[in-house]
Amino acid sequence: MAFLEVKELQKKLGGNMILKGVDLTAERGEAVCVIGSSGSGKTTLMRCLNLLELPDCGSISIGGRRIFAAGNKYGDAELRRNRLNFGLVFQSFELFPQYTALQNVALALRLKTREIYKAERRPKSELRRALAENDERAATLLAVVGLGDKLGAYPCTLSGGQCQRVAIARALALEPAVLCFDEPTSALDPELTGEVLRVIRSLKTEDRAMVIVTHEMGFARDVSDKVLFMSGGVMEESGTPEEIFGSPQSGKLKAFLNNAER
Amino acid sequence: MEQFAQVTKGLASGFATSFALFALTLVMSLPLGMLIALCTGSRIKALSVPFKIVVWVLRGTPLLLQIFAVFYVPGLLFGFAWPMMNTGWAWFDKTFSTRFIATLVAFAVNYATYFSEIFRGGIGGIAKGQREAGKVLGMTRAQIFFRVILLQVIKNILSPISNEVMTLVKDTSLAQSIGVVELMFAANEQLTRGLIWPIFYAGAFYLVFVGILTLAFGAAERKLKYFRI
Repeated sequence: MAFLEVKELQKKLGGNMILKGVDLTAERGEAVCVIGSSGSGKTTLMRCLNLLELPDCGSISIGGRRIFAAGNKYGDAELRRNRLNFGLVFQSFELFPQYTALQNVALALRLKTREIYKAERRPKSELRRALAENDERAATLLAVVGLGDKLGAYPCTLSGGQCQRVAIARALALEPAVLCFDEPTSALDPELTGEVLRVIRSLKTEDRAMVIVTHEMGFARDVSDKVLFMSGGVMEESGTPEEIFGSPQSGKLKAFLNNAER
Repeated sequence: MEQFAQVTKGLASGFATSFALFALTLVMSLPLGMLIALCTGSRIKALSVPFKIVVWVLRGTPLLLQIFAVFYVPGLLFGFAWPMMNTGWAWFDKTFSTRFIATLVAFAVNYATYFSEIFRGGIGGIAKGQREAGKVLGMTRAQIFFRVILLQVIKNILSPISNEVMTLVKDTSLAQSIGVVELMFAANEQLTRGLIWPIFYAGAFYLVFVGILTLAFGAAERKLKYFRI
């Protein structure tokens, strides 16, 4: 069984069938790129993985543990817990504007720390130390994405590329098993996409899987272990980058790649 | 000079009543407005539709009419009398008369509907994406509201709220219509004695008060300038 296993996902939105039974697998250390034209269901797939939308049919498992199965009832708290297996980087960054880069990255960690320490009735001094450690970890993560000198900067003072890198650090803070990217460079000026793609590329590690929705074909070819081509709510074709880009089989994929090149 | 001191005393006492009406209206209408915003913005039609009608009626008729309605109608229809204060503290009992209470109720409900529309716009204006970013980070609904959304909403609605608050300062003069002795009532009393200038003197009271509020809202706005939504 694969590390991330998504089976037969179906999702209807506003009367339209957006996902018509999508399968997806990824191993630890793998990067899987999802390509396809707009409206093919890529973003909905990402939202379903992160349980922002609940699939109508199908199931999601990580490391053999069932995170979601359609038909089961899930409470708010359970959804919240299961969601933490995934991290999501949005196309539009969605940084919290009233917080500095450091606060953005540290916020979720700090809230979690507070929750735990309060439940265990630990003394204030220990809590303070733990919160300081959270901030240190946030600072380290910002250094990883190349923003070690921007800890105190507010999002409105950062460039789009820098904002997206803060957002990546924020998604890493809770150490998700699967890190998802929903068109992470689509809202960026062309000259800023490079820095973000470089950071994403550097995040491939043994213990994490990455699922990346992207329109950057060169990046997809270069970073991914597996490429999935979505069309009309189904996985039309999948394979290694060499197979998908080198010898596409279906007419739809050939047409899509032709268009993407131009 | 003696006359000036006497008029000042009269107006100051009227202003105290105006200020009490102003402050109590805010204290009551802001939370009530939030509640109404949650109702009119609700997905449950049985809840949103009646409250939308209430908002329409209260914003669609003069506040003056509503003051009359609140003061007279319960008595005429149900024989209900607004409760009389009886603490034995003369100033308190006189200031918070039945007329004052009725006016306060009309003001609180009326302003709550205006505030509710401002809140509804402000909350809706914070993009869904912010909420989802919080969700993805495992935050609870309460954490998302208080840690992520609230400050952005406040920044968004500060200037429409300040508009309403300034209007409220001057609307308190409507209370004189059912005999509440507020600032304009006090000035009017001088008019009947043949003095015209106290009316303009009363205007200065409003001006100074609004001036202070303007400075306060300006300070709040500057304080929230460090981020952009």
